[in-house]
Amino acid sequence: MAEDTAPEVAAPPPEPTAAELFTAAVALLPGVTGTAWQHGELTVHAARDSVVELMIALRDSPQFAFEQMMDLCGVDWPERGDRFDVVYNLLSVSLNQRIRVIITTDEVTPVPSIHTVWPAATWWEREAWDLFGIVFSGQPDLRRILTDYGFEGHPLRKDFPLTGYVEVRYDEDRKSVVYEPVKLTQDFRSFDFLSPWEALTTLPGDEKVFTERAAERARG
Amino acid sequence: MSEVIHPAAATTTRQVEIDSHSINFGPQHPAAHGVLRLILELDGEIVERADPHIGLLHRGTEKLIEYKTYMQAVPYFDRLDYVSPMCEEHAFALAVEKLLGIKAPDRAQWIRVLFAEITRVLNHLLNLTTYALDVGAITPALWGFEEREKLMEFHEAASGARLHANYFRPGGVAKDLPAGLTDKIAAWAETFPKFLDDLEQLLTGNRIWRQRTVDIGVFSAEQALAWGFSGPPLRASGVPWDLRRSQPYDKYAEVDFQVPVGRNGDCFDRYLVRLAETRESVKIIKQALAKMQPGPIKVQDRKFTPPTRGEMKRSMEALIHHFKLYTEGYHVPEGTTYTAVESPKGEFGVYLVSNGTNKPYRCKIRSTGFAFLQATDVISKRHMLADVCAIIGSMDVVFGEIDR
Repeated sequence: MAEDTAPEVAAPPPEPTAAELFTAAVALLPGVTGTAWQHGELTVHAARDSVVELMIALRDSPQFAFEQMMDLCGVDWPERGDRFDVVYNLLSVSLNQRIRVIITTDEVTPVPSIHTVWPAATWWEREAWDLFGIVFSGQPDLRRILTDYGFEGHPLRKDFPLTGYVEVRYDEDRKSVVYEPVKLTQDFRSFDFLSPWEALTTLPGDEKVFTERAAERARG
Repeated sequence: MSEVIHPAAATTTRQVEIDSHSINFGPQHPAAHGVLRLILELDGEIVERADPHIGLLHRGTEKLIEYKTYMQAVPYFDRLDYVSPMCEEHAFALAVEKLLGIKAPDRAQWIRVLFAEITRVLNHLLNLTTYALDVGAITPALWGFEEREKLMEFHEAASGARLHANYFRPGGVAKDLPAGLTDKIAAWAETFPKFLDDLEQLLTGNRIWRQRTVDIGVFSAEQALAWGFSGPPLRASGVPWDLRRSQPYDKYAEVDFQVPVGRNGDCFDRYLVRLAETRESVKIIKQALAKMQPGPIKVQDRKFTPPTRGEMKRSMEALIHHFKLYTEGYHVPEGTTYTAVESPKGEFGVYLVSNGTNKPYRCKIRSTGFAFLQATDVISKRHMLADVCAIIGSMDVVFGEIDR
């Protein structure tokens, strides 16, 4: 038959889209360890030590041209070894694109400051130091920024209580503002929202059905 | 003088006192726009260094949001930039919608565009008039606040509150517009440009206004980009960048408007850009009113938006959904997003990290004024002390959002 003898033509691989090309180009930059797209946003995971080179490459290469650093913030994941994410959100106004660079660090390891790349980073680095205790090396102005003068602790860490440790009031006798340990008249109400309403898996006394269902799923 | 100058004193160099000192500008200074504490090092009357101390209004919004459900987090956004509350809610609503994978219905999107623009006019009116007040013109503030009052009545009619609206919700808006409101807004949109003409007549050609603002606080496009500027100050420096145009959200892709761009990047251009933007906002308001069709105003999925009161009285399921939404709230799938809107002040972004529960794991608020205020030192260097007031006024800083 003609169909059998005809040489099989492999379908040409689909043309890479602009997004794929862009991702591939980003992956070649110094220190990039991984890239991921989510909700139409590109996230790049990078090594901590090469963050300055990476940022300069992202800013100066005409393919990326990220002229602006719009935001820098920390995220705390206390169960991890490197507990902090440092997140940089960059924007290119000439090419109309955004990118997010994430690096990790812990309480003591300093992150190279990028205030030489974008002077705007200074205050955001101060903020990350103030709220999370992330240290930035090479940052000449690492003062606290949002919390009170003489504040202790880093309030956005997950192990910092919502109410804080001290409360402030004006003392009429001493004619000054005084700091005292926080006194709560009522415990913080923390509700358990892991209710069985949505994802009902197993009822008490009904475990057999659950194990059978799990076995069935394991069989395929 | 009969005193005889001692010959030794005449030959030695005389001690001259250098007139340098540092002053505290604020936190209770009326031109500090709230609670800015600005430490100025002056050489005579010339600013050598400006060191803004912020955080006097820090309320820990980001920490509080981590302990609230997604719906309970919305009112915190009103209290950030309390001059443009609905635009802040807009960013959060869009971020949550993105993580949930839902899209607000058409009418809700038009209502959001309409009210985002009304909020923009509100914000610019406050900024332009109080900026003029800082520089010494009292009349614009008296006129502008009357117009603001009309707009706040629209806010009140739609949401029940003049300022802290809590109106834009993930999945749509809280409730539909009351009957007759669109006619009132349309009537206002006809008369308002006349007010802008009057305001412009008071200020644009005003000799004192020009002397105080032209060539004051010049910031080049390169500087503005490096310092993370956005919104009117970036456009005044000559960068044609508007998120409503370049990364349109909701119905902004379907409206026709111009993006005014300045040339010199001085305080006067920032004023002109805001004034022109206000006119464009009125155009958008008119288009939104014309294109708005009747329909649902929130996602019709009861897992995300509550049922109506009437439905609750009749349906058990509706009652359960209502109860669950207002106690537990919805669970947002794991994910991360940085969603930004063009708030009246500039790019207002929300970096939202969800871990699959009913509360945000992390909600970072990218406040616009933070970047502007950071550049105060660079902009006001070698300016006169009085120019600092004009520069801060032209930046449009609000401390609710900067201090969070």
